[in-house]
Amino acid sequence: MTKTADKKVRRLKAKTPGKSNILLTVILILGCITVLFPLYMAIIIALKSPSEMTNDIAGALSLPSSFSLDNFAEAMRVTDFWHSLANSLIITGVTIVLSLVIHSMAGYAIGKCMMRHKGFKLVYFYIVSGMFVPFAILMMPLVKETAIMGIDNMFGVIILYVVFYMPMNVMLYTGYLKNIPLAIEEAAEVDGSSTWRTYWTIIFPMMKPMHATVAVLTALGTWNDVMTPLVIMSGSETTTLPLAQLNFQTQFGTNYNLAFASYILALIPILIFYIICQKKIIGGIANGAVKG
Amino acid sequence: MKKNKRLSKKTRTYILMALPALVLFAVFNTVPLITGFVYSFTNSRGYGSFDFVGFRNFIDLFQDSRVGNSYLFTFKYAIVGTILVNVISLLLAVGLNSKIKFKNTLRGIYFIPNILGGLIVGYIFSFIFTYIIPTLGTTLHIGFLENSILASESAAWIGVLIVGVWQAVAMNTIIYISGLQAIPADVYEASAIDGAGKWYTFRKITLPLLVPFITINFILSTKNMLMVFDQIMSLTKGGPAQSTESISYLIYRNGMDGGQFGFQCANAVMFFIVIVVISVVQMKITSKKEEQL
Repeated sequence: MTKTADKKVRRLKAKTPGKSNILLTVILILGCITVLFPLYMAIIIALKSPSEMTNDIAGALSLPSSFSLDNFAEAMRVTDFWHSLANSLIITGVTIVLSLVIHSMAGYAIGKCMMRHKGFKLVYFYIVSGMFVPFAILMMPLVKETAIMGIDNMFGVIILYVVFYMPMNVMLYTGYLKNIPLAIEEAAEVDGSSTWRTYWTIIFPMMKPMHATVAVLTALGTWNDVMTPLVIMSGSETTTLPLAQLNFQTQFGTNYNLAFASYILALIPILIFYIICQKKIIGGIANGAVKG
Repeated sequence: MKKNKRLSKKTRTYILMALPALVLFAVFNTVPLITGFVYSFTNSRGYGSFDFVGFRNFIDLFQDSRVGNSYLFTFKYAIVGTILVNVISLLLAVGLNSKIKFKNTLRGIYFIPNILGGLIVGYIFSFIFTYIIPTLGTTLHIGFLENSILASESAAWIGVLIVGVWQAVAMNTIIYISGLQAIPADVYEASAIDGAGKWYTFRKITLPLLVPFITINFILSTKNMLMVFDQIMSLTKGGPAQSTESISYLIYRNGMDGGQFGFQCANAVMFFIVIVVISVVQMKITSKKEEQL
């Protein structure tokens, strides 16, 4: 039966043999309705045609009478789906790569020198204190600043994300250094490796668990963010996936079927990502919170 | 002598490694922060010429009823929301951490709201509040459900709150679960041997050991809830009659398009100070209560 598998999962916790709590399982399964119902509604509305939208509750909750993907095709056309998807992928991807490189490097240097040099300690607190700065206060000056610098575009948004996630990520990386034994670096140094080389060939690969956490936290934040691209790229034609939903609100009008098809399309990429790396994502977030 | 030189070369490398982050942070965090402070003392409309007006904006902030209402709404939302989120997610975490079937699947499902964007979630709930629930209310003849909650000036904030809590619970649950897993099993065994009941064990052992996680969760959710923006944008746009206008939304709306650039910069400075004070107070209070094993 499943008992052996169950036992394996929580061999650390359950010392006393016992049965699963069936009542609790049922309650928790019923509770899932609160999570899944809104998604169910979104999917069935996206699959229906406007004429199927009825005013009685049974009709509103029922599955569509025929299965058609017309709404999705139309929504893709209206919102220029592939372009927004590409933009979102580029922004999130480049932000992650830059964050891993810039933040880990800074976190490492700061963590190494914090104890010996006051300057590095100061830099640490300077950057980490950025966590308390709400976007609202930076928003308006940043709009002007990026416009003056000519980066009121995707590049500017990426740079801003690298800055916004810096306090958290630097803190995570600095904290993670405790897990890397000093002896390893010393050994590399004795072999004649420079600090720079030691970092990229030995330390950087060793920080892999923290890279995963940082990547997940940064990815979720940037992928779903509306506010930054909204205010920074307002002058240009480029949109991200969430921004496209906002911009095309007027075009959807009262055609909820089309709008919901578009929402579902915007949710699919992150859901796929979640289904593939669910363990990594949940583990990464728990890891980040505990270390932070 | 030689060693000294080598050390300094090493330090130089470290400085070079920290430099890109430091420069980016200074240019895109500190510079706009200072600019914001400077603008908060001007009557700038966001374009054209402007004058310095001293503390006028800050004095006006306290007399502006729209600003006052946005603070009232944001705080009401953040306080009720933080409490609800933490109570629900702690219960959920205890449930998901006990002996149940389908544990991993259930955890996976409960975490979904966290990965979805606030804007789209808001749009989906907006439809449910505007069409599905009133239809249900009409069918079952439940009076207060017959009209959309988002159209009611007194109740619209509850609609925003439901969506905010729905999304925030997921993240806090994960943090509480990792907190529960960090409590060693022998602590529970010891209390079981002493004959302690379940509720007593939870109150006297689980809760005190969870304090660091409760701290993280309270600070995280207070901060996120105070900065509510996406849900407002997609659910109410601050309405009806500005009853759900959050501070962030007001700064965005009037600062970007409303010609109140300087004034809203002052508002943002106020907001920044408020957030720092709240975070510091929260950390002070909770750091006294931490228990060590």
